[in-house]
Amino acid sequence: MNIDAPSGNAAAFLQRYAGLADRLPGARVEAVRALRDAAAETLMAGGLPSRRVEAWRYTDLSPMLRAEFREALTAVDGAVALPPARAERRAVFVDGRFRADLSSLDGLDAEALADVVGDVAPRLNTVAAAAQPMVMLNTLLFEDGLVLDVPAGVDAGRLELLSVVSGETASTIHPRHLIRLARGARLVLLETAMSASGARHLHNPVFEIEVAEDAKITHVRVQREAESAYHLAHLGVRVQTGGTYDGFVLNAGGRISRSETHLALLGPRAAAHLNGAQLVADGQLADTTTALDHAAPNCASRQTVKTVLAGRSRGVFQGKILVRREAQKTDGYQMNQALLLSEEAEIDSKPQLEIYADDVKCSHGATAGALDPDSLFYLRARGIPADTARSILVRAFLQEAVEIVEDEVARDALEDAVTGWWNQHGEAA
Amino acid sequence: MPAVEETLDTVRDATQGAYKWGFETDIEMEFAPKGLNEDIVRFISAKKNEPSWLLEWRLRAFQAWQGMEEPRWPAVTYPPIDYQDAYYYAAPKEKIGPKSLDEVDPELLKSYAKLGIPLKEQAILAGVEGAGDVPADGGRMPVAVDAVFDSVSVATTYKHRLEKEGIIFCSMSEAVQNHPDLVRKYLGTVVPHTDNFFAALNSAVFTDGSFVYIPKGVRCPMELSTYFRINAKSTGQFERTLIIADEGATVSYLEGCTAPQRDENQLHAAVVELVALDDASIKYSTVQNWYPGDENGKGGIYNFVTKRAACRGKRSKVSWTQVETGSAITWKYPSCILQGEDSVGEFYSVAITNNHQQADTGTKMIHLGKNTRSTIVSKGISAGKGQNTYRGLVRISPKAANARNFTQCDSLLIGDLCGAHTVPYIENRCMTAKTEHEATTSRIAEDQLFYCRQRGLSQEDAVGLIVNGFCREVLKELPMEFAVEAQKLLQISLEGSVG
Repeated sequence: MNIDAPSGNAAAFLQRYAGLADRLPGARVEAVRALRDAAAETLMAGGLPSRRVEAWRYTDLSPMLRAEFREALTAVDGAVALPPARAERRAVFVDGRFRADLSSLDGLDAEALADVVGDVAPRLNTVAAAAQPMVMLNTLLFEDGLVLDVPAGVDAGRLELLSVVSGETASTIHPRHLIRLARGARLVLLETAMSASGARHLHNPVFEIEVAEDAKITHVRVQREAESAYHLAHLGVRVQTGGTYDGFVLNAGGRISRSETHLALLGPRAAAHLNGAQLVADGQLADTTTALDHAAPNCASRQTVKTVLAGRSRGVFQGKILVRREAQKTDGYQMNQALLLSEEAEIDSKPQLEIYADDVKCSHGATAGALDPDSLFYLRARGIPADTARSILVRAFLQEAVEIVEDEVARDALEDAVTGWWNQHGEAA
Repeated sequence: MPAVEETLDTVRDATQGAYKWGFETDIEMEFAPKGLNEDIVRFISAKKNEPSWLLEWRLRAFQAWQGMEEPRWPAVTYPPIDYQDAYYYAAPKEKIGPKSLDEVDPELLKSYAKLGIPLKEQAILAGVEGAGDVPADGGRMPVAVDAVFDSVSVATTYKHRLEKEGIIFCSMSEAVQNHPDLVRKYLGTVVPHTDNFFAALNSAVFTDGSFVYIPKGVRCPMELSTYFRINAKSTGQFERTLIIADEGATVSYLEGCTAPQRDENQLHAAVVELVALDDASIKYSTVQNWYPGDENGKGGIYNFVTKRAACRGKRSKVSWTQVETGSAITWKYPSCILQGEDSVGEFYSVAITNNHQQADTGTKMIHLGKNTRSTIVSKGISAGKGQNTYRGLVRISPKAANARNFTQCDSLLIGDLCGAHTVPYIENRCMTAKTEHEATTSRIAEDQLFYCRQRGLSQEDAVGLIVNGFCREVLKELPMEFAVEAQKLLQISLEGSVG
């Protein structure tokens, strides 16, 4: 392959790789180099997906592919304003690089990926599938990330994972986070992705999360990046016997934002929550895509995703539940609902069931519509001004998803993000 | 014979089990050479004595087809089809009309009898002179039948009676000869010749089918019905049906399908186009019982059908009801384009897959006009090694203010070697529109089975009862004669799936 003269729609990324290959972490680790080269080769041959690819039929990446970006590897130690901490421990990434000076990881077995990439190389792309487009792009260019191990039986409490894009220049960052919970371990991971400026950037994080027997992770993502940002996240999760992945994704920023979760329930009694909310304003597209693989008996999955659309915006929900032959006694429930606040909004939803076991209980529901005029009338009749009435109804709609989150601090973070969004866009909606 | 008794007979026959429609009728046939090329298209068109515009349309379709790829997205698998290894034209040899039933080819009559067509209709179908003028039996609501054998419409009953109302019900070939303006005005306007791979193929080589035109303000006095049958070996059946309901017209149309038992797979690629103008209503019911192949998955029909309705007029309504029990592979999505304001689209479906059957079926509801409404109720039953997929699209355009859709897809699994899949696409671009979708998958509950068994029902009867209950919402949409037959078909289709 000649990566010096790349072609296809991923050419810009391949070019960047050609220039950075010797400077990226793991440049001298053969296994890492091999993964990156393989990703480059596949991207060179097939490019990034167009809307002709079924999984991307509603989310068009071409504005992102046309945009110009610069590499972010150089910005490492500038000052940056951080939001107040929500937890005692905090891992801070600025422009994709770990900032030890801003982080506090006391008592945690946590490292920056750039420092330990040689040791963890065998773990890369074992949970997230290398063939997934966003994993491929990340494999090509990942520059840092959080490597966290919670030992058996330890309750690690709450950890804030903060990602800030600071620069005035349009940059692309591709963090890779490896998180592993041993048997019976506990962790609440509260993630915030934000922009310090309005500059265009691409944030392409990949998570590889392993939940061992009877362990439990609560993973709440709050994405509120700049309106010009592209946020393309991929979460790979494997849950063993009796383990729980309790996830919530809030997409509330970015011109195009997609959060794609691929989760496998691999042992009996494992459980998954893939809840979420999307707040989409004028000119934005938000996409929640999930693929849930029930591969063992007696597992349960729950999913509630709410989308609120204002202005000329687009919301996408794609949720697939696969129940394998051996996954008897599966209990699966999925609900996605959209509220259209504007004549120009569009919601595309594709819930999907693929079932090969007979003793299962699986259902999904999907609704879309405007604010209920009867409810509005009810509130107005009681003297509540129209704006307030709308606010009450929209927030009540979102609350049904948010209130499922058990961790109070995480729930507060979500509620604050909803309030922030409504204050900014509620009036226009 | 009163309808009830007749129905009972049908049921008795049906309960004999297995595939009783697996006979082959040995009648003299005329074939075009095997294979598909421009000459075959010209041959078919010439054989039908078609006007030049139709031949040109066929040739354009053939050209388009050559540049198309077979769809690979359905959740079905089958070996590649050799489109050159089939007959594209097979017709019973023409004879001068017989004077009475005694002169009719007994094989043809036998095959009508096996299809369950009453004697009088048999006489008419066989073309006995004057038979069509006999009035119907007192008290019994007649059903006008158009029988399509392989690719050719053999005969149509009750023609004269319908003509009195101004209704045209005839084979497509006759319509091309006698009503060319109507055919030209509507053919290909709902399903264009470039629509998809199988529709393009059909447009190039279709040989016959049914044509219905209901004039303004007429309510069709009887059910119209077509029996489709693939008889000859190595033939593909490509019929084309066109139904037009003019302003204020109402019609109910039934379609039944059977085929002989064979080891090889046969292709059925039909196109059905419905047009409903202002205040018109069309009800289209299908009981599809093509040969499904044996329990090892050998043989059976590939049923790749394009069915679409255009609700062009204000307050028009189209209702699709389908019971899909046959075919090795079913690939069909009866759809409604809701253009007219206040138009209504409905889709009621039961699809059963047993043994090695595969079904990928569903509907598309395209809401374009204001206040359009659609309802989708789909019941999928998988047993044996069957794979059953509901695939549907609900699209609401920005102009479809106050549009409304309700969708319900339920799947029932019997046994742990089958699969049930649901793939709905919901695209809403209109704020005031409301869409609702719900889907469930489950198996027959132990307590339901226990309850039935306790009351002395055999395991198989109990399953039949529960399955019929599961499908009730759809079956009640069928005309009475069909409903009873459909219930029995469900039971037969599931034979051997419980143990």
